[in-house]
Amino acid sequence: MSDKTADRVAAATPTHVARKIRGLSDRAIAWIFVAPTIFLLLAVNIFPLIWTVRLSFTDYKANRINREPEWIGLRNYERILTDSDIWLNMQATAHFLFWTIFFQVLIGFTLAWLINKKFKGNDLWTTIIVLPMMLSPAVVGNFWKFLYQPQIGLFNYIIAFFTGKDPSSFEMLGSVDLAPWSIVIVDTWMWTPFVMLICLAGLRSIPDYIYEAAEIDRASKLRQFFTITIPMVLPFLMLAVLFRGIENFKMFDLVVQLTGGGPGSTTELTSINLKREAFEKWRTGYASAYAIILFVTVFGLASIYVKALNKVKER
Amino acid sequence: MTYSKLAGAGAFMIAISGAASAVQAEDLTLCWAAWDPANALVELSKDFEAQSGHTMNFEFVPWPNFADRMLNELNSGGKLCDLLIGDSQWIGGGAENGHYVQLNNFFDAEGISMDDFAPATVYAYSTWPKGTPNYYALPAMGDANGWFYRKDWFEREDIQAAYMEATGEELREPQSQRELLQIAQFFQGREIDGKTVYGAAIFTERGSEGITMGATGALYTWGFKYENEPGSYDMEGAVNSAEAVEALEFYKEFYETATPPGYTNAYMGESLDAFKSGQVALAMNWFAFFPGLYADPATGGDKIDFFVNPPQNIAASTLGGQGISVVSYSEKQDAALEYIKWFADPAVQAKWWELGGYSAHNAVLNDPGFVESQPFAGDFLVAMEGVQDFWQEPVYAELLLAMQKRVHDYVVADQGTAQEALDKLIEDWTEVFEDEGKL
Amino acid sequence: MSSFSITEPSNRTKWFAGTLVIAYALITMMPLVWIGLTGFKSPADAISYPPKYIIGSDSEAGFQPTLEGYVNLFTTRTRQTEEFLANNPPKNWADEIVRQYDMVIVGPSKFGERFLNSVIIGFGSTFLSVFLGTLAAYAFSRFKIPLADDLLFFILSTRMMPPIAVAIPIFLMYRNLGLSDTHLGMILLYTAVNISLAVWLLKGFIDEIPREYEEAALIDGYTRFQAFYKVVLPQAATGIASTAIFCLIFAWNEYAFAVLLTTANAQTAPPFIPTIIGIGGLDWPAIAAGVTIFVLPVMIFTILLRKHLLRGITFGAVRK
Repeated sequence: MSDKTADRVAAATPTHVARKIRGLSDRAIAWIFVAPTIFLLLAVNIFPLIWTVRLSFTDYKANRINREPEWIGLRNYERILTDSDIWLNMQATAHFLFWTIFFQVLIGFTLAWLINKKFKGNDLWTTIIVLPMMLSPAVVGNFWKFLYQPQIGLFNYIIAFFTGKDPSSFEMLGSVDLAPWSIVIVDTWMWTPFVMLICLAGLRSIPDYIYEAAEIDRASKLRQFFTITIPMVLPFLMLAVLFRGIENFKMFDLVVQLTGGGPGSTTELTSINLKREAFEKWRTGYASAYAIILFVTVFGLASIYVKALNKVKER
Repeated sequence: MTYSKLAGAGAFMIAISGAASAVQAEDLTLCWAAWDPANALVELSKDFEAQSGHTMNFEFVPWPNFADRMLNELNSGGKLCDLLIGDSQWIGGGAENGHYVQLNNFFDAEGISMDDFAPATVYAYSTWPKGTPNYYALPAMGDANGWFYRKDWFEREDIQAAYMEATGEELREPQSQRELLQIAQFFQGREIDGKTVYGAAIFTERGSEGITMGATGALYTWGFKYENEPGSYDMEGAVNSAEAVEALEFYKEFYETATPPGYTNAYMGESLDAFKSGQVALAMNWFAFFPGLYADPATGGDKIDFFVNPPQNIAASTLGGQGISVVSYSEKQDAALEYIKWFADPAVQAKWWELGGYSAHNAVLNDPGFVESQPFAGDFLVAMEGVQDFWQEPVYAELLLAMQKRVHDYVVADQGTAQEALDKLIEDWTEVFEDEGKL
Repeated sequence: MSSFSITEPSNRTKWFAGTLVIAYALITMMPLVWIGLTGFKSPADAISYPPKYIIGSDSEAGFQPTLEGYVNLFTTRTRQTEEFLANNPPKNWADEIVRQYDMVIVGPSKFGERFLNSVIIGFGSTFLSVFLGTLAAYAFSRFKIPLADDLLFFILSTRMMPPIAVAIPIFLMYRNLGLSDTHLGMILLYTAVNISLAVWLLKGFIDEIPREYEEAALIDGYTRFQAFYKVVLPQAATGIASTAIFCLIFAWNEYAFAVLLTTANAQTAPPFIPTIIGIGGLDWPAIAAGVTIFVLPVMIFTILLRKHLLRGITFGAVRK
């Protein structure tokens, strides 16, 4: 419904009708309808955010009720940005982000492309593929931990079955080399369907006549794929990447259940590190600064990305 | 047996005193970790319910989540727990942040004397500041980290002969940490009854306190100290002493050469599993589990025996155990104190030990029949003489998490050297104490 | 589309695509099937190597199904002396099962409570976010609200905060207000998280309802309110339903806030399931049983309501 129609209808509505609402103007209703939502968001989102910013300049500790917090300016920020351990956490997060997105885009797009071939029953199979993303990430992490158990786990058994390796010879969650990949595998299992669905929406938005025109021009299938399919789906794909990127930057529940950040600190993503600082060490002020840094990072990266996305859309 | 008599007499006394008290019946909640002794406490508490008319509810949290959940509860001023059997390291925070009710007046009024309890437990579980007569808990459960092994395997002649051949020594309960490792390495990968078995189950858990509790078992016996002078927070040269470095290297070697595969994140539960499933010859764990291990149909009875953490340079064990405290946010403090009064009774303490709890009451520990009452009772007394605990500062959680990270990074994730790990640990700890204004 | 269309894939292509997709679907289902199976194994069978997967077979790879995992999930048990066991015959079939470990059932476990909490908090927050969300979405859709676009974007951007970051001040705030570990606190929090998505989705649905309908109603003498709930709401029913499902699934699955802000009273199932312990270590069959019971409703929902749900996912994302 376009705005023009709306304006036309609004203009055509007699004022006495609009007023005939037991003393409540449209504007009043609008505010009554919006106010609870705004109030809730202010109370549970904005106020806390401002509070976090304030706390980030103090050395407050939430478990030390009797200790007066001190205003320490930018010291928390300084400490975080110069802490080499936190940079290692960032690296672990980057590894996780890059590879999950890489595999999810690759597999997700392929699946969407195959499903779009409209074979019989594609509807049902799509639903089945989508199931993992509907589940609780913490619970998923928990049962994958079971599948990854060395010796007894299904995952090791299957790998052993196909490669002939001894299933107790490798530990997905326990080894420094494999643990970062173990979390990538589970996240890919869980979230590939999301990328797939978005790609599917993209593929289905391409009108048939474009392909028909290309056929008439005798463009090869391969050429059609690269000149029509890919460019038309790209904005959708980029959106999917944006969402997965934001989500995985925040990643906590799945990985906490799988590895708890271990072994050592090899899979300690920033959110897990943040949780340790905030709710185990109770360095509230420090953790607040950490939270702000993360928020600004996501927000900044996302904004740059959205600009790029809009450019792609305009083309 | 002396205990049943004592317990019987107690029950009688309780019945009398119960008639006298006419307080309003309350619903009390006691919070503790979910493990064998907790079940024993439920059993024990039935007497209290019958006597007092109060109802007992229990909130037992699995160990890996226990500290997280309970400290979160305290820090949010929660009213869930009226009574809390909190870990020894929480006492500083509990006292300074006002989570725990100070019990001195109550003890005085009720005639409960801390002299009736083993000094090591009073010091560790009850006092803050350490060693001063300010009590925030009653010693509830004495505990230390000890070892147990497959006695049936140790007694087999073929295995003894093989050990003699491999090492030139007798196979026996180890008398030193080095010997312990040697035995564990001997069993590592050995075929016993057609099954591959491994050396020992040790603590390597990352998330809560596991690897620290395990590694300190080695560190303390090498002579590791937290400070050069107690109370000075002067750690350079103590925490990273040559002995400490050697001990940490030892623990890493132990992890790498004598533990089952996949043993990268193991704590109490995994240790029990590994032992009960016949996977390992030896295992470390808290004394609290020993009654359950001894009773286990598969690997208990005459197949198991126990020993105290072997000395290296000195004799020492890592302290476990807890005191019972009244939570200051509780609205039923009177009834909660009543529970503590009941629990402090020597007869109740005797029954507590009988059911599988580790009483810290002298009347129980000094009883002539105590050492013979369980195969691990004597070991328990020895272990408690040499216990050492982690920092108990109000900031213990920060200190612990730093140690968890540094030790796990070095031992399991194989990053850096032991020297570097301990040096970094001092840096972390210094920072924490500086923030606290203690340095 | 006509079957003569040149863009219609050939049968061979379809067959090929179908096979690959079905293969992927089967692989992707394996972990779930495995968890379902594990729920019916005994603890020993659950950790046996090589894995056992044939139900009821006596062969090497077979196991006898048992309800042990489910019994352990819903009960607490204690070990008893032989004397006690001999004098107290099992009370029912569940008691019978635990007897093989010299144990007796002494009461229900906390799982029932936690599951109920999930239901209360899930439905409570869903109702609230859909209720408030519908009102707000209607207002955004129909009235001129100053800075509407900024407000909408802002509402959405609050979802970029890592949950742990949000949890720090919420923890402090709830501590002061006495909302820690309460159902109300969790319902309000989940509502606040969900409402941004709810407003966004619902505005889309309401935008699609022609304004002429309510304008006609207004002329017929309806008040704005009447027009809203007699004309707009019925039209938006499907949209509201699919939004509700999204909110419900989020609240149902949420872990980070639940683990940080609740300890016992209002704790939901996700933080509880991983902590189920058995004799010794983790009781995998009981955990698998808990996982099965917990995820089954979501799976059934997804399959039954797939049309709305799948549309909602793409719609919610693509509109932005």
